[in-house]
This record gives sequence, C-alpha cells and structure tokens, in this order.
Amino acid sequence: MHRFANPAEFNRLADAILPWAKVVMAAAFLYGLYLALYASPADYQQGESVRIMYIHVPAAWMAMFTYMVVAVASFTALVWRHPLALLAGKAAAPIGLVFTGLALLTGMLWGKPMWGTYWVWDGRLTSVLVLFFLYLGYMALWRALDEEDKAGRAASILALVGVVNIPIIKFSVDWWNTLHQPASVMRMDGPSMPVEMLWPLLTLAVAYKAYFVVVLLYRMKLEINLRKLSVLSSLEVQG
Amino acid sequence: MTGRHHSSFETRVLKADGLATSRGGRRVFEGLSFELHAGGLLYLRGPNGSGKSTLLRLVAGFVKARAGTLTYGDSDWTVNAPAYDAALIYAGHDNALKPVLTLRENALAYVSLMTGEAPAAARLDGAARLFGLTALLDRPARFFSSGQKHRANLMRFALLDRPLWLMDEPTVGLDAVSRQSLADLMTSHLAAGGMIIAATHDPIGVDGDELVLDNFTPKLEIDEAWL
Amino acid sequence: MNLCWTTLPQNLKLTRHGCDRGVGMNGAGIFGAIFARDVRLAWSQGGTGTMALSFFLIAVTLFPFGVGPEPQTLARIAAGVIWVVALLACLLSLDRLYQADYEDGSLDDLALSPLGLTGVAAAKILAHWVATILPLVALSPVLGMLMNLDGDAYGMLLLSLLIGTPALSLIGSVGAALTVSVRRGGVLMSLLVLPLYVPTLIFGVGAIDAAAGMTDALPHLAFLGAVTLVALVIGPVASAAALRLSLE
Repeated sequence: MHRFANPAEFNRLADAILPWAKVVMAAAFLYGLYLALYASPADYQQGESVRIMYIHVPAAWMAMFTYMVVAVASFTALVWRHPLALLAGKAAAPIGLVFTGLALLTGMLWGKPMWGTYWVWDGRLTSVLVLFFLYLGYMALWRALDEEDKAGRAASILALVGVVNIPIIKFSVDWWNTLHQPASVMRMDGPSMPVEMLWPLLTLAVAYKAYFVVVLLYRMKLEINLRKLSVLSSLEVQG
Repeated sequence: MTGRHHSSFETRVLKADGLATSRGGRRVFEGLSFELHAGGLLYLRGPNGSGKSTLLRLVAGFVKARAGTLTYGDSDWTVNAPAYDAALIYAGHDNALKPVLTLRENALAYVSLMTGEAPAAARLDGAARLFGLTALLDRPARFFSSGQKHRANLMRFALLDRPLWLMDEPTVGLDAVSRQSLADLMTSHLAAGGMIIAATHDPIGVDGDELVLDNFTPKLEIDEAWL
Repeated sequence: MNLCWTTLPQNLKLTRHGCDRGVGMNGAGIFGAIFARDVRLAWSQGGTGTMALSFFLIAVTLFPFGVGPEPQTLARIAAGVIWVVALLACLLSLDRLYQADYEDGSLDDLALSPLGLTGVAAAKILAHWVATILPLVALSPVLGMLMNLDGDAYGMLLLSLLIGTPALSLIGSVGAALTVSVRRGGVLMSLLVLPLYVPTLIFGVGAIDAAAGMTDALPHLAFLGAVTLVALVIGPVASAAALRLSLE
C-alpha cells in the first residue's frame, strides 16, 4: 500500500495544502485581474478585446494541463492500482471540462469582434473543441459503468489512448487548418508580446493553477467521503 | 468404457493459499485455501451468492485475487493469466454458442480457438454421441432448446485434453441419461489424472472433496481502508 | 460405450505426437480460426457485413438530396462525404464487435485461448476490417461516381481508404471493448471514438483532394499511414485491457 493510498493520510495532506493554495489563488486572482482589466494597455490592433485573451489563454493552457493530470492519474491507477489516483482522475476531469468550455466560450467572444463571427474553424479552437469531446467521453464512461472500480479503470484506459492521440489530433488539425485557410487568421498571441501583456497572463495562469489545486483537493475529499458513506451504509445492511 | 486415458496429463498441483476477492466493491470471500492433486475432484458448496462462480472465475483468471496466491505447479496464476498454460477448460452459465453456426461449426470453432487445429471428426462425433446430440450436429444452434444448448456446452470437456476442468452448475437441466454420461466422463477424466472443480447443488455421483464457501465469508464485507 | 475420440493422442502443451510442427502452441492456427469465425459471422444472418454496406450506399445517396444535385457542389464534397460515411458505417458495425461474444459467453472462451487476449483482439479487428470495411472500400468508386468525384481522384480514393480505414477498426475496437458491458453502448461508443477519428479523416480526405487538385498527395498518405501504425500499436493492447475489465 502506498503512503498516500491511505485516505486518512491523504486527507491530512490535503488539509495542510488547502489553506496555502487558497491564499495563492486569491492573491493571484486579485493581482492578475487588476493587471489584466485595468493596469495593462489596450492593444493597438485589437483594442479592449485583447483583455479576453487574459482569461482565454490560461484557460486553454489549463484544458491541456488538466488532461495531462487525468492521464498521469490514469496511468498510476492502472499500473500501480492506486485507488486514490483513480479518484484524482475522476475529480480532475470536470475541472478540465470547465476550463475547456471557458476557453471555447472566450475564444468565441473574442472571435466576434476580431473575425466578425463567433466561430471560425481556427486550428487552435478546433483542437480545443476536440479536447472538449475527449473530456465528455471520459466522464460519460465513468458514469456508464455501475462498478466504481471498473468504471474508473475503463475511463483510465480511454484517457491513455486519448493522451497518445492528442499530439496527433493537434498536428492533423493544424495541418488541415493551413490547407484550408492559407491567409492565416490573426493569432491571439504574437511572437513578440510586450511585457505588460505577458505579466497579467502569467499571473492569471498561476491563479488558475491554484484554483485547480483547491477544487481538485476538495473534490477528492468529497469522493473519499462518498466512498466512506457507501462503505458505512453497506455495514448497516450487514448489521 | 474402452481402455483409455493412460494418465497422459502432465498434471500439476493446483494450490490456493489465502485467496480473497471482491465483487462490486464488496468482499466475497477471504482466507480461502485448498489443494488439488491429480485425480482430485473438488465440489464447491454454499448458497447462492457465496462466491462459487466467482471462485471458478478467479481460478480461470477472469477475476483478480485481492489477496492470497493461486499456483499451478510452478506457474503463479495470480500473476500470469492461466490462459497461457493451456491447462484448463471452463464452462460457465452461458452456453457460448453462436446461434447462426451449427453445432459442428461451434465445436470446431471452440477447439481451434484453444489449439489452433480442428478436432478429428471421430472425436467430435464421439463427443456429440456422448451427450445425445448426434442428430443435431448439423443444425444451427439457434434451433436448440435450452437443455440441448447446455449439453452442447458440456461437449467441450470431451473435445479437448486439459488437466483442469472448471464446471459451473454442470447438471442444471440435464436428464438422467446425460447426467450419467457426464458422471462417466468426469470419472474417466479423474482416472486419467485430471482434476475437476465443480460448483453444484446436485449430487453428480462422483466422489470428491467439498469446499464449503460459507467458511470463508469475510468478517467485514468491505474494504476497511476507506473507514 | 465406444468412445472412439479417445484414441487421439492426449496433449497438454498443444503439441501432438507424430506432428511435425514444433513444440509450443499453434498461434497462427488460432489466429486464423478466430479470423475465419468472425468473417463467417459477419456475413451470415444478422451479421454486420451487408448492413454496413447498405448503410454506406444509402447514406451517401442522401447527400445530393441535402445539398442539391449540382455536379460541382457534389464533386467538391465527394471525398469528404465518402470518408465520413465510411467512418460512420465502420462505427455502426463495430458496436457489436465484442458485445455479441460478451452476451453469449464466448468472451470467456476467447479469454482462455492460449493466444492471449491481445492476439484475439487483433484477429477480431482484422476480421472486422476484411469482412466489413474492405467491401465498403471496393464499393467506394461507385459512390465516387454518384458524387461526381474528379476523374483523377479514383485511384487515390481507393488508396487512401485502404491505408486509412484499418485505423478506424483498430481505434474503434478500443471503444467497443470499453463499452462492451454497457447496455445500448453504441451511442457512448461514438462519443468515445469519434474524436479519435479526426486525424484519419483529415489525412484521408486531404489525400483525395490533393489528387483531384493535381498536387502532391504523398505527404497526406504518409501521415495517414503513420496514424494507422500508431493505431496498430495501441488498438489490440488497449482493447485487450478493456476486455479484461468486462470479464470480472
């Protein structure tokens, strides 16, 4: 048994991390939003709409990052049969789905003033859309099988197949995009980003990460409590 | 019976030590141990839900053991799938017959799945005769009654040579004649040095040891780590 | 009782006395047996062979009704339509790849084959591709004709389908194995598998469009082949792992 496979041990660790993560999250959000919405200049081309980017880009990063977390958790769960890793994947996926949805939504809102339409089959947006579907599949599989353990391992296999395919999907979508839109659309992040724009972006990225840690730990604690509850109720039945 | 089965199996000892498993998040049994030697027959006894089928599926390698070891000779079946040893025949509740294939085709598919080669025609005929299915050999299985399907499923024991037989409720729905055929088949298998584990409520008429699964009911049917 | 079958040599390790084959199991024989069984089942009553083929034909003919019969419009979308419908036909027929075996108990037998579940899955995938997909590929030029496909693109249509569709069977097999114990798992399976089909679709259609536009189709084909190779590595292993879950 691994040290952190013990739920009580995990709970202690989570309780130790949570306050710090909350402080980092609150501070980074406040400072980041101040920079992004107030202290940073408007873009000379995009105008005020550039501020959407500060919400959008870190969300897109998180969408990818969270899928990696799910994949690592899945690998750990399958190879070492680590029960908490299974729960970590289950707890992380909905957070990833929300970040992916946020990235899509803000991308569309940004697209309206920039492209004149909410949806353009832009390479990045399309990749994020496919990622959104991968999250949906992972979560649907968790719900489809009755037995928690089996459902988790099935979803883990899917997550691993997905993670192998993500670079391929990304590459193929970019390939397809350059074929069909030779006049490249405006990129959200140019290669030469001024420092005053980079700083809020990174601060908000830290805030998102801290938010992820907080919500993940709470969701995992919740899952552990639900397990406990089902164990206790089966004890009751047994008498 | 004509003289046959000159103890040609390379039978190894099947040894279970402290086996435990769970199903649907609940412990089914724990601390289960037994040993089976050449010529040994083990009856699994216990009420429904006591884990007879689960134990058979565990020995077949379908269900993972949560604790304990299961070894067949020097082969550890809790680590490596028993399938690779090609040492057992399993017959479960479902009849594993393809409705559109005839009985002959079904039997052929089964034997070649296990050995890569078609069974000799004479052997197939013999197996069908044993369970009174000769007339049905070239009929698609979808026309079979449930009793016929069950007997067709039992034919596998007469089609392959494997030392260990795992039988889940082999007598359900069998008439007296087929039951006798089954008993004869089991007797000759044991005489040849084979081994059988059978989960059954009915007496078959072959002597064997009993493993009462109620004795291995877990003290706590749950994984206490979560408490 | 004369049990004449007993006169056969007894064997444990699947070797037969007097047989000139080497020691060990007859893996090729088992693989062939599974393949033959599945091809046979696909083309017997209730099998997926005719079903997928009819679906392919009917679904493609719907498009002219949807977008209008102008030859230029049809020619522009021909490659995409044929590929998408082939992909859906594949998905529909994969639904029962393992489910039938799961329901009638033969999956237990498959799992006990000395070939191992990975080999079994590979044999079943190959059988699915040969019995269900290959006929679609063979029929595709006819559909190309109906869709007014560019004359230069027919060879590439066949070639891209031949190279690309194995990936559909291989990846789809994982989805089928994961949903084997789910009642009405077909819809769920589509959700799991369709996103993974995106690269194959892109490169497959890209190759045909390139051929029709007189540009170099080779890079598309190379990537299409690469996707299939990756699927070849993942498919059988992941399918076997998923099937093992359903045995418990």
